[in-house]
Amino acid sequence: MSLVNFTTREITCKIVYYGPGRSGKTTNLQYVYGRVPDDRRGRMVSLATHTDRTLFFDFLPIDLGTISGFKTRFQLYTVPGQVYYNATRKLVLQGADGVVFVGDSQARQLDENIASLQNLQANLLEQGIDVRTVPLVLQYNKQDLPRDLILTMEELDEQLNFRDAPSVPAAAVSGEGVFETLKAISAGVLRKLSEEPPR
Amino acid sequence: MTVELNPRFTFDSFVAGPSNRLAVAAARTVAESPGAAYDPLFIYSASGLGKTHLLMAIGHLAKVVSPNVAVEYLTLEEFVDAFHAAVAAGQSAAFRNRFQGVDIVLLDDVQFLANRLETQAELLRFVSSFLEGGQQIVLSSDRPPSEIEQLDERLISRFAGGLVVDIAPPEFETRLAILKRKAEERGVDFEQAVLAAIADFDARNVRELLGLLNRLIAFQAVNEGALTADGARTLLGLDNHEERLAPEVAGAEADDSMARAGEFDQFLSTVGSALAQQMEEWRRRLHEAAAFWEGQGYRTARIKDLLEQDAPVGADTVVREFERDVDRLKALEAEMSTLDAGRAGDAAFHDPDRMADAEALVQQARDGLGAPAGPSAAWAFDDFVQSPCNELALTAARAVAEAPGTRYNPLVIAGPTGVGKTHLMHGIGHALSTGTDSLVACHSAQDFLDELVEAIERDRLDAWRSRYRRATALLLDDVHLLGGKERSQEELFHLFNALIEHDRQVVFTVNGPPRELDGINERLISRMEGGLVADLSPPDRALRAALVQRELQQRLGAVDSDLAAYLADRQADSLRTVIGIVQRVVESAETQGATPSVAFARELMEGPAVRRRRSSGVRTSGIIVSPSGGVRSREKMIWRWPDATDRIIEELS
Repeated sequence: MSLVNFTTREITCKIVYYGPGRSGKTTNLQYVYGRVPDDRRGRMVSLATHTDRTLFFDFLPIDLGTISGFKTRFQLYTVPGQVYYNATRKLVLQGADGVVFVGDSQARQLDENIASLQNLQANLLEQGIDVRTVPLVLQYNKQDLPRDLILTMEELDEQLNFRDAPSVPAAAVSGEGVFETLKAISAGVLRKLSEEPPR
Repeated sequence: MTVELNPRFTFDSFVAGPSNRLAVAAARTVAESPGAAYDPLFIYSASGLGKTHLLMAIGHLAKVVSPNVAVEYLTLEEFVDAFHAAVAAGQSAAFRNRFQGVDIVLLDDVQFLANRLETQAELLRFVSSFLEGGQQIVLSSDRPPSEIEQLDERLISRFAGGLVVDIAPPEFETRLAILKRKAEERGVDFEQAVLAAIADFDARNVRELLGLLNRLIAFQAVNEGALTADGARTLLGLDNHEERLAPEVAGAEADDSMARAGEFDQFLSTVGSALAQQMEEWRRRLHEAAAFWEGQGYRTARIKDLLEQDAPVGADTVVREFERDVDRLKALEAEMSTLDAGRAGDAAFHDPDRMADAEALVQQARDGLGAPAGPSAAWAFDDFVQSPCNELALTAARAVAEAPGTRYNPLVIAGPTGVGKTHLMHGIGHALSTGTDSLVACHSAQDFLDELVEAIERDRLDAWRSRYRRATALLLDDVHLLGGKERSQEELFHLFNALIEHDRQVVFTVNGPPRELDGINERLISRMEGGLVADLSPPDRALRAALVQRELQQRLGAVDSDLAAYLADRQADSLRTVIGIVQRVVESAETQGATPSVAFARELMEGPAVRRRRSSGVRTSGIIVSPSGGVRSREKMIWRWPDATDRIIEELS
C-alpha cells in the first residue's frame, strides 16, 4: 500500500468496490461522481460492454485538496463482478487501501454474495494480504426493493458479516447510503495511517 | 473585552474554493451544531486568508440557527489581558465563571501562545472545562498547533482531539471570485478581464489581493475611462506576468457548485477531520511518550529525532519499541544494582540507544562476580545427631529452616570448638537453599574477611557488597574471628542491617556467648543478642553413644554394643574427639589384625592392664596419670561445672 508519499507530500487512498455482478458498484461510483464538484474530480473512466456491464473497471479520482499540508486524493475503483473476470479483479485489487463490498440485498442473490466474498478473500490472500487487516465496509445495496424480495440488514450481517465490519444499508440508485459507505471506508483506511508506519 | 462580530464577516461573504472548502465545511458544521462535531475546531493558515472572517462567520451563523446562543469572539491577547486584569484584581475565579454561560468561544490568533507557559496553563484549564461542558471552542492561528513554539503537549493533544484544518492560499479561480465579490460590494464595475488580470497575480493572501483591487478602485474613481486589463496590469506593476486567459469559472458558479455538493462537503469534512487527526495524532503520541519517559529520567533522542521530520511515523510501533527497550534497561539496571550498586547509576541504563553498552556493563559485572559461597555438601542437616545437649539449638535451626527470617533472626549458635556449630549452620544453609530464588551465602568469617580485603585491594567494594546484599540468607561461621577487625565488623554490621531489614535470615556461629567475645563491637553483639543465642554444649553421653553407634556402623558394618558403650562412656569435649576415638580403635584393630572389642579398646586407650598394687602407705591424690597422657580415674574429675559461681575453688599449697 502506498497511502502516503512524503516526497511529494501526497496522500492517495485506493478504494476498491468489490462484489457480485449487478450489485451496484458502478452505480455507487456514478453517484459519487455526480456529487463531486467539477474542480475536484477527474474523468470517470468506465470500460463497459454494450449492455452496460463493467468489462474492466471503473476509476474515479477525487481531489480532496490540501489537508494538514498533504495533498489528498481518493481513487475509487470497481471490479467487474462477473465470475470469469477474476484476473481483472486481482489486478484492480492490487495495492488497495480499503475495500467496499457491495452486496446485493436480494434473497436470491445471497449465494452470489457469498461466492464473491470468498473470491475477495482468496484474491487478497493470493497477494499476501490477510482479509482481517484490510479496512472493509459491507454495503447492502438495493434495500429499496420490496421487503419480500430482500433480506434485512440483520439477516445479511448474519450471513456475510462474520468479521464484524461496518455495514451500511444502501439504495445506490437514489444515492442513499453511498456517501455513508464512502465515509465509513475512508475512516477505516485513514485509521491505519497512525497504526502502521507508512513506507 | 469581547469584540463585536464584524457584520460583514459572514459565510455569504466568504468565497469558498478548493483551497478553503474543508475549513468552510467544518466551520459551517460547527456553527450549525456547536459542541457536537469538531470540538475544538482549530483553523490555521497564513495571514490574510480568512481565519478571522471564518471565525466571525461561525458566530453569525450560529446566531441565525439558534438566536439564543451565546457567542464570544476574542483574540488571545484580549484573553490574556483580561486574565491578567482579573488576577490583579483578585478575581480570577470570576474570570473563569464568566465563560460558563457562553456556548461558543471564538479565540483568534492563538499563535501568540508560543513560549508563554502561564497563559498556556490557563488556556488549558479553560479549554478543558469548556470541552467537558460540551461548549464549542474555535481557535485560529497562523501555524498548526505542533509548530507553536513550546506549546504544552496537553494543549496540542486537546486541539488534535477536535479538528485541525488549514486554509491554503486561493488559487486563480477563487481569487477571481473574491475580486468579483469585493468589486460588487464596493459598487464598482470592472471588466472581467481586469479582474482576471489582478487574479492572475499570484497574491500570497487575500489582503494583498484586495490591496491591488483598492488601488484600481481608487484609480477608477479619479479617471473617467474604463480600465482595461493591460491598463490595470501597468498600473499595478504586473506587466511581467504572462497574460493568461481568464477561465470561465466565476464566483457565482463556484457558489452553485458549493450548494450542489453538500453531500460531498460533508464527506470532505469527515475525511479531513479523520486525516487531520491522524496526521497530528502521531506527533501527539510521540510528544507524550517523550515527555513521559523524560520525566522518568530516560533519554528520548530516538523519539525526538522522529519528531524533527515532517513525515508521520507509526507512533505506536516506535513507542512500543521504545517501551520494550526501557523495560529491558530497567531489568538490566535492577540486576546491576544487585551485582554492583555503584555502577547501576551508569547513564547507559537510561538511554535506550545505548542498550548494547548497558548489556555489556551487566555482563562485565556478571563475569566478575560469582554468587557468594553456599553451604558445603559435607554437612547435611539430617546427619546432625540430636541429643539433650543440642536440643535447643537444633529446634531453633529447624524453626529457622521452616520460616527463614521471621522466627529467630539472627540465630546465633554459640559453643566451643568441635561441638557441631559449623555442621548445624551448613545444615540450615541447605534447608534454606531449596527455593528457586534462594541465594544462600554460607561460609566462614575468615573467608568473608579475606574477600573484603581483596575487594578493597581491587577497588571493587561496591560489587563485593552487592553480591552479599542480594543473598536471601547469610550464614557466617566463626564470627568471633572478626574480633578486632573493625572494618570487617563495620561491613558486616551494614550487611546485617540490610538483610534483616528485608527479613532475610542471618545465622552466625561464635565460640562463646556474644557478650564474652573478644574484640567484637558492641553494636554487633547487641544485634546478635537481639535474635536467639542457642548454645551447643560438648557432647553428652547420649550424643556420644549415638555418634559412636553411627561411626562403628559405618566403619565396621556391625556394632559391638559393649564396645560402643565403652567408647560412649569416654569423655570427649567435642564431636571431633568422639569420632577420633572410634577412628583410632578401628584403625588400630585393622592394623594389628585384631577384632575391635572392649578389651582391645581399653588396652589401646588405657594401656596394658596393670596389676593393682597394694597401697604402699603413700597417700596420693587418687588420680593416676596413664602413660598415654590421659587421666585414668575419671570418677574423680568433674567435667562440667554448671556455673562459675557454683564452683568451690580450693587453693592447694
